[in-house]
Amino acid sequence: MTEVTSTGTVTGTPMVKAEGVHKHFGSNQVLKGIDLEVAPREVFCVVGPSGSGKSTFLRCINHLENVDGGRLSVDGELVGYRQANGKLYELRDREVAHKRREIGMVFQRFNLFPHMTALENVMEAPLRVRKEAKSEVRDRAEKLLARVGMKDKSNAYPNQLSGGQQQRVAIARALAMQPKLMLFDEPTSALDPELVGEVLDVMRGLAQEGMTMIVVTHEMGFAREVGDTLVFMDGGVVVETGNPREVLLNPQHERTKAFLSKVL
Amino acid sequence: MTSDPAATPTSTAVRPEELTAVPVRHPGRWVAAGIILVLLAQLAHWLVTNPALNWSIVGKYLLEDSILQGVERTLLLTVIAMAMGILIGIILAVMRLSPNPIVSGVAWIYIWLFRGTPVIVQLIFWYNLPTVLKSVSLGVPFGPSWFATDPQTLITQFAAVCLGLGLNEAAYMAEIARAGILSVDEGQTEASAALGMSKGLTMRRIVLPQAMRVMIPPTGNETISMLKTTSLAFVIGYAELLTTAQIIYARTFQTIPLLITASLWYLFLTSVLTVGQYYLERRFARGSLRNLPPTPLQKAFARFSGTREGSR
Repeated sequence: MTEVTSTGTVTGTPMVKAEGVHKHFGSNQVLKGIDLEVAPREVFCVVGPSGSGKSTFLRCINHLENVDGGRLSVDGELVGYRQANGKLYELRDREVAHKRREIGMVFQRFNLFPHMTALENVMEAPLRVRKEAKSEVRDRAEKLLARVGMKDKSNAYPNQLSGGQQQRVAIARALAMQPKLMLFDEPTSALDPELVGEVLDVMRGLAQEGMTMIVVTHEMGFAREVGDTLVFMDGGVVVETGNPREVLLNPQHERTKAFLSKVL
Repeated sequence: MTSDPAATPTSTAVRPEELTAVPVRHPGRWVAAGIILVLLAQLAHWLVTNPALNWSIVGKYLLEDSILQGVERTLLLTVIAMAMGILIGIILAVMRLSPNPIVSGVAWIYIWLFRGTPVIVQLIFWYNLPTVLKSVSLGVPFGPSWFATDPQTLITQFAAVCLGLGLNEAAYMAEIARAGILSVDEGQTEASAALGMSKGLTMRRIVLPQAMRVMIPPTGNETISMLKTTSLAFVIGYAELLTTAQIIYARTFQTIPLLITASLWYLFLTSVLTVGQYYLERRFARGSLRNLPPTPLQKAFARFSGTREGSR
């Protein structure tokens, strides 16, 4: 299957493909039919007002939330289900966990393990989940910490680190599983303004190395500079999609205009 | 421009003269302290001079062999009952949080039953169970059995005390463990899930170590309480510390001196446990406090070496 994405690059299987994705919490309809496609190596930015469903959509991609309707697939495989004989079967916990190994996630509130040092945080999943050799894992973890500029804080506990430093360790922790896709859920929203830059720098470096990234963010500057595609979501639907530089400069839709006029 | 240094107070750090004022007097405090000291002195005088207290007897029995054996058994009972309590308690807590209604329901009933009846009743119950339970066997439910024995040989006094105290403690520990597990932020399990960790691994590596910090102070309380509760073993005649003291004073009629002997041991053991609890809490505070509080030894050392570290 070959197709042309919105950015004009020709690709094979999309990394993420959503078709009419629905999600509700009780009677509250959060996602009302999301259609989009993320190509490999693409930096895909999602913006929108709070409550627009952008975080929920992100959490559906690694099955932290299950989808109620429509189809969502990662790298050609359905998320949370298996299809056989024309029927859908829910995946077992173990199978879901297995698929999550290939998707890294970075949270707004970092969620580092507070009882482990930075190095132990990064080493935990490769050691316990993949059961890799300790010396190898330590090697890789140290390299990752160096890459996010946290080498000299390897033995610090999370509460001895600033928010920006914690988030950089969290990125290293996600990368330690060598994911093919990285999800960022408002990674800079909980940070003091002067700490935002250091986290964005790390993300910029990742993008340049060709990591496929889906970034829910309020950092329009980052989206404009690094993003390949920008999606504006509101009220559980995708309102506008396009090249970030064009969308931000010249939004087509009224709701996009109204939102951007408030945040830019 | 003036050359008077006093005219530029910002540039010179002159200490303001200290005030000399008569402080408020507190005569009431002195009176209260005086009355209490007199009363304490009276009590001490009575304790020392009353011949009926027989301090020499206390001294004689304090390190006597049967008392020491009683102490040993009390400690053994405490360790076994708490180990059972913590282990079964954590299992019950995880069961109570299970989405399976049968599993959580069974845990709920267990806790309801064991918390709702007196421990002393449970001790007597376990000890007398063989009178209604004629044989214990292991095999297929409602089917053949591979192994059978008479419960009379299985439930000794010691086993009955362990069962009674341990199973009762499990009900309390379950609630402590459940509170600890619920105190761990949801983001922690989410982050573990996102890394591909299974539920069991998340519980073992991420949730329980963090729950421990919340669980340790109440568990320390439970241990200290358990040390004293083991004295209930006297109802079925198991010779731990209190029962041993009772056996001796039944023979010698030195009731009060022997109760003092037992109490001194209980006080000593609970004091040791209190110190142990302090160090355990300190260990599990890793990652939640920026700087661990100094140990008493470090404090003492700091005071001797003259730094102010120890005075905090």
